[in-house]
Amino acid sequence: MSIQEILFWVLTVIALCSAISVVAAKNPVYSVLSLIVTFFAIAGHYVLLNAQFLAVVHIIVYAGAIMVLFLFVIMLMNLNAEIEPQKRSLVKFAGAISGGLLLVVLVAALKQSASTAVLQGHSDIGLIQNLGRSLFSDFVVPFEVSSILFLSAMIGAIVIGKKQ
Amino acid sequence: MPVQYYIWLAVALFCIGVTGVLMRRNAIIIFMCIELMLNAVNLLLVAFSKLHHDAAAQLFVFFIMVVAAAEVSVGLAIIVMTYRHTHAVDINILNRLKH
Repeated sequence: MSIQEILFWVLTVIALCSAISVVAAKNPVYSVLSLIVTFFAIAGHYVLLNAQFLAVVHIIVYAGAIMVLFLFVIMLMNLNAEIEPQKRSLVKFAGAISGGLLLVVLVAALKQSASTAVLQGHSDIGLIQNLGRSLFSDFVVPFEVSSILFLSAMIGAIVIGKKQ
Repeated sequence: MPVQYYIWLAVALFCIGVTGVLMRRNAIIIFMCIELMLNAVNLLLVAFSKLHHDAAAQLFVFFIMVVAAAEVSVGLAIIVMTYRHTHAVDINILNRLKH
């Protein structure tokens, strides 16, 4: 087993276990912390896939910005396991069953069209040089549109969050 | 690495996210499960970008991250506003919007 496969399996186990604990944890703070672990495992997968720029952006944006926002909101609301709203166990059971059924359906559908392609070698399309050139030549209009989206999201968040 | 492994991993992460949305009532945790689903799709896009040696998929992932950040900022502002009015983050509170 090569070092890449060992890393793949380790990161996969970490990602899946912490993703399950996001859903299962009673305390919302534990959910946020395990989601951060999931994001770091996914960033490791990006490095394995030669997408170094995306790995760094993923850590900065998700673990650095989004999850800090979640943690701040949870601390601001002082949420804990006692006041955590719980669904009835029948509804929870039905949710788990439907999620599992979705997994079965997707696996069955994708198993038929199983592609045997193998990812190998290492490419340098994930480096910031190539991505930047592509971003500012082919994707310059979506880039500008996303800056307007950010501006409107910022204004929207301020307007919504303001005390009346 | 066969690309299949990444497909199964992304499918598993996506289904965990769907299960979380269906099982939990806390609006913030439902939001986090949506992030989980977005990340499963991102991982699959990066895997196929390596398979086809195409940089466009990685830029799509970049734009998905941008949109997710904007979505989270507005969504959390809405959750904070409902919390200020109702002192709960229970998603069933939003049923009152019907009346």
